Amino acid sequence: MNLDKNKVVIGMSGGVDSAVAAYQLKEMGYEVIGITMKLWEEDEENYAEDYGGCCSLSSVEDARLVAEKIGIPFYVINYKDKFMEKVVENFIDEYVSGRTPSPCIRCNKYIKFDALLETAHSLGAYYVATGHYGVVKYDEKLDRYTISKSNEKRKDQTYMMYSLSQEQIRHILMPLGSFSTKEEVRQIAEREDLIVARKRDSQEICFVTDDDYARFVTEHAIKPIKKGNFVDREGNVLGEHQGVIHYTIGQRKGLGITFGKPMYVVEIKADTNEVVLGEHEEVFKSFLLAKEVNFIPFEDFEEGYACGAKVRYAGQPSNCKLYHEGAYVKVVFDDPQRAITPGQAVVFYDKDLLVGGGIIL
Amino acid sequence: MTKKVYLDYAASTPLKKEVLEVMIPYMTEHYGNASSVHLFGRNMHQALENSRRKIAQIINAGHDEIYFTASGTEGDNWILKGLFKKHPEKKHLIIASFEHPAILNTAKELEEEGIEVTYINPESNGIVDPEKIELAIRKDTLLVSVMYVNNELGTVQPVGKIGKICHKYEVLFHTDAVQAFGYFPIDVKRKHIDLMTMSSHKIYGPMGIGAVYIRRGIKIKPLLSGGAQERKRRAGTSNVAAAVGFAEAARLRYTEFETNINNLVKKKNYLLDALIKLEGVKLNAESEHPGTFNLQIENVSGEILLMNLDLKGIAVSSGSACSSGSLNPSHVLLSIGLSEKEVKSSIRISVGDLTTFEDLDYVIESFKEILNRLR
Repeated sequence: MNLDKNKVVIGMSGGVDSAVAAYQLKEMGYEVIGITMKLWEEDEENYAEDYGGCCSLSSVEDARLVAEKIGIPFYVINYKDKFMEKVVENFIDEYVSGRTPSPCIRCNKYIKFDALLETAHSLGAYYVATGHYGVVKYDEKLDRYTISKSNEKRKDQTYMMYSLSQEQIRHILMPLGSFSTKEEVRQIAEREDLIVARKRDSQEICFVTDDDYARFVTEHAIKPIKKGNFVDREGNVLGEHQGVIHYTIGQRKGLGITFGKPMYVVEIKADTNEVVLGEHEEVFKSFLLAKEVNFIPFEDFEEGYACGAKVRYAGQPSNCKLYHEGAYVKVVFDDPQRAITPGQAVVFYDKDLLVGGGIIL
Repeated sequence: MTKKVYLDYAASTPLKKEVLEVMIPYMTEHYGNASSVHLFGRNMHQALENSRRKIAQIINAGHDEIYFTASGTEGDNWILKGLFKKHPEKKHLIIASFEHPAILNTAKELEEEGIEVTYINPESNGIVDPEKIELAIRKDTLLVSVMYVNNELGTVQPVGKIGKICHKYEVLFHTDAVQAFGYFPIDVKRKHIDLMTMSSHKIYGPMGIGAVYIRRGIKIKPLLSGGAQERKRRAGTSNVAAAVGFAEAARLRYTEFETNINNLVKKKNYLLDALIKLEGVKLNAESEHPGTFNLQIENVSGEILLMNLDLKGIAVSSGSACSSGSLNPSHVLLSIGLSEKEVKSSIRISVGDLTTFEDLDYVIESFKEILNRLR
């Protein structure tokens, strides 16, 4: 297949970041094609009210207006089936299995940098671009394509990209990587009169527009979500819970019962439908096992490799060392970490360089 | 982008210069409200009525049987809703399942109001079997509505036979002729048509105007409430310039009609013959429309093909213009029995008056190049 290195498909969500990214690419001289990925069937009756959601009809129309303003061709493409299969079903399964998933990571891996990349190739474009804050480059010394944090640390999205392969990263452009603040991005959008310049950032997961994950999982799970018992470490019943999907590790509020002392969710046992409660110190752990681990600047690490690791999207990396443990990677932290949550990603950094990551077991 | 080739005439056609020229005076030197009693109003009124007569003559109708609307969609809405409102004792509607959304969605709205709708599937050749219509007719059937030409396939429906059947059972017959008016000789009397929808921008007239034919004696409620325009049946200030343009566009289409049509057919066949020679390309249905046909390209996404063609400046359609962005597979192609995969591998091409053979050579070359890359 003949791919044009001057041709790029940009995924346009209808937000300000991808709008300015598209503008930047055009300014850089690329032949830019805007595509909005249709991932989810929005509620047509309510689309006007949930302005801002990632897949809503208003977002498609905003992206279209921006593309017309910039002067690039624009298409809407349906990835609903693949999104359902790779992202939404996994999201539901994980919650039902007592884990807390990160759907954006799978969306990047299977949709944005796979299905959309495939579309880009079918249009003859070598690159796919996004409005993510991250720096993609080829490191000659390592002979690898790498991803680093951009200077806009508050918007850093590299956590969601640890699972990308060299073949994927080779074809990615992230033009916002050169910006120091999101405000600069908004200013360009304003200067260029892009309609989304002051649109608020989307926070929630795009297919759970009301942010109520439990409702979403309850409605979409194959089997009904059953109530069960709160138990302590010894298995003593402490009360009744509303179903494992309602809880996450470290949670204290919203348990529905009170104890003489603050109690926290320390483990979720989906197989016995039990939620284990414990005291605050039990929420801390100094190691974890990770599966489906991927590394970016190298294929594999040397035993005892020291780096920083984040166990959730928000927060700072903590010092740790990595060890092989069968098919898994054992991450041993210098200091105990609060609420290490199965299903979430542990992501490794060397300063600003994204080293890799995996799913917490 | 070096070249631009428009092959989506079934979605809309460019306004003809000659049409624009006759419209301009009614947007500049002539003015006033066609409903006013004074000289200015009478002048506008005369232009409006002359336009009405021109259109009436073309389809062998009386001038008092033509009503201007703002679009084909409005015409379809009006006829379906207006008839059922006026005849509450009748509760049954029959339509073809591959009608334009203007009919389909109006029928769905009527269903919510208690009207029973029977949907007749076309045969795999894209043509509705009149016998199936006859079998569906009941005592309380008010109306049968079957389009004259299908907008995605270009197949012509046996409207005369269907009309005759309807009249045998004293059922009204409506046809959405938006894709037929200007492309086929239409005689509403010979074809037993009681009501018919037409549109201007499919025949090189201006957008924003259409017309319906309603046979004398048929009772129908207006869709819009307001003034007494259009014999008290369609309120709203008359769009005189657009009506003048529409009538002139229609007159031009039916002047030297055969030459017009033959020119289109030559272009259509030139392109079609070249494309179906390519590996895995075939027609979804034999089209009798002089400009429109629907292709299936094996193992290639119609959506991706359409985008690739667009990036080369070539405009085609993945269905009707109204379904782009809706991302659902064409209900028309599904209705003739194609699988979802086949539907998603299909595109509609429609040539028109401005298409040149040089354009078509460029399209054929681009097709080859793109299919080579995609396979």
